[in-house]
Amino acid sequence: MDADKVLKLADLGRIRISREEAEKLSHEFDAILKYVGEVKSVVPAAEGKSPVDFPLRNVMRGDTKGHESGVYSEALLSALPAREGSYVKVKKIL
Amino acid sequence: MTPDEIRSKDKGIHAFLEVFEDPKSYGEGSLSGKRIAIKDNILFEGHRAGAASKILEGYVASYDATVVKKLKEAGAIIVGRTNCDEFAMGSSTENSAYGVTKNPHDLERIAGGSSGGSAAAVAAGLCDVALGSDTGGSIRQPAALCGVVGLKPTYGRVSRHGLIALASSFDQIGPFAKTVTEAEAIYDVIKGEDPMDSTTISEETYPKAKEFSKTIGIPKAFVESEGVSAEVKKNFAESVEKFRSLGYTIQEVELPNLKHALPVYYIIMPAEASSNLARFDGVKYGLKKEGKSGIDDYFETRGAGFGPETRRRIILGTYVLSSGYYDEYYGKAVAARALITEELRKLFQKVDLMLTPTTPAPAWKVGEKEGDPLQMYLADIFTVHANISGAPAISLPSGFAGNLPLGIELTADLGREDNLFIAGKEFMGE
Repeated sequence: MDADKVLKLADLGRIRISREEAEKLSHEFDAILKYVGEVKSVVPAAEGKSPVDFPLRNVMRGDTKGHESGVYSEALLSALPAREGSYVKVKKIL
Repeated sequence: MTPDEIRSKDKGIHAFLEVFEDPKSYGEGSLSGKRIAIKDNILFEGHRAGAASKILEGYVASYDATVVKKLKEAGAIIVGRTNCDEFAMGSSTENSAYGVTKNPHDLERIAGGSSGGSAAAVAAGLCDVALGSDTGGSIRQPAALCGVVGLKPTYGRVSRHGLIALASSFDQIGPFAKTVTEAEAIYDVIKGEDPMDSTTISEETYPKAKEFSKTIGIPKAFVESEGVSAEVKKNFAESVEKFRSLGYTIQEVELPNLKHALPVYYIIMPAEASSNLARFDGVKYGLKKEGKSGIDDYFETRGAGFGPETRRRIILGTYVLSSGYYDEYYGKAVAARALITEELRKLFQKVDLMLTPTTPAPAWKVGEKEGDPLQMYLADIFTVHANISGAPAISLPSGFAGNLPLGIELTADLGREDNLFIAGKEFMGE
């Protein structure tokens, strides 16, 4: 891992960081990835395992009638850092 | 205790980010009169909530978390919001954007994390009980280091509606208390299915694998991992003897994959965090930093609003999910997770509980692990297995190393908090 790669990843994560921080993070990531990379050795034993008893499962919400239109709008809009009436205010993109 | 009295007693500790001016009871029930503090990542309508992050500066909760709604209905009085590591990322509250929480037993030391404020508030008697959230040990570890009881319920037992998410396949809300009895009383109020959180479970989700028979398994090789302090080992041996004297059968058990839990955790957690924290962009809530263009607003806001550890984990999560590395890290961690879960579930067909220390060492000095994130991550070695497998686990105060509290941790099968409460009360003499 080098600073350029960290800067690229920060870019993907939409975070502005300095080259200095990227440099520091690159060394920390080397140590962290070396440590977590040991999971690669576990996988042959895990292959073909059925996750039957695993607690995570997908639950779909029923296709039922939702709430009345607009009942939560003001509560949500009031949290916006920038608004114009009932619109979210953002910069022009075109 | 009045809000001013709490503030005055909290001065050297900094357990609270805010003590509410007008604490009151909203109902009558099993928690009537109980003063409870909530972690800063749990929403309480009309009150500030910020997950101890600058990026949520100014955010006021627009609704009650399900747990808060339940506490109100049960008559609890919410006295304030407690300090934590930013977005619950950390093991010491040193990652809070608002300053570290000190350990009430030694003000030069950390209270643990990420729910360090909740643990310290209960330990210092600033409230009766508190809520925290536990993604990799964030309730149990600070509970142990502050000498109180901390419970992480089964994944899905308590609704996370209104909890600011860190890693959604791990996060659970749970109580801190001075006794197991009180922790159970809070748990009884906050648990239950919730249509607002589709991961919540029912009493039938996990059928009982066995009746309680006072059997405890000890994964000896795991307990003797490198880096476990001599005082923790000694205290653990004494705790084992105490369980034996209470009539428990102790078995040494082999769980060869348990040692992989921490690496698995530190791949999946940042991956989920990087995705969950995408919502903080300066558009929907909290801080907004103006940039040169729309997308530049995101870069400015997120660069300025997220602290160093949050930035570190988002970037690391982005890496393990990116093309070419996904299979190498994330995919393999998910497979290993299934293996660890299966191993633990098999164990609980033979024994009721697994016993380990909660932490490898007592509370460290503020700043001692600064600049070495990997060392900080290793503090979670004995707690992450419960989040990886979804199992419930409790930390119990088990004695002291000098003036510093230590804790032991019991883990049970999915849905078997009842076993934790029985053994916990016996151990604590309740």
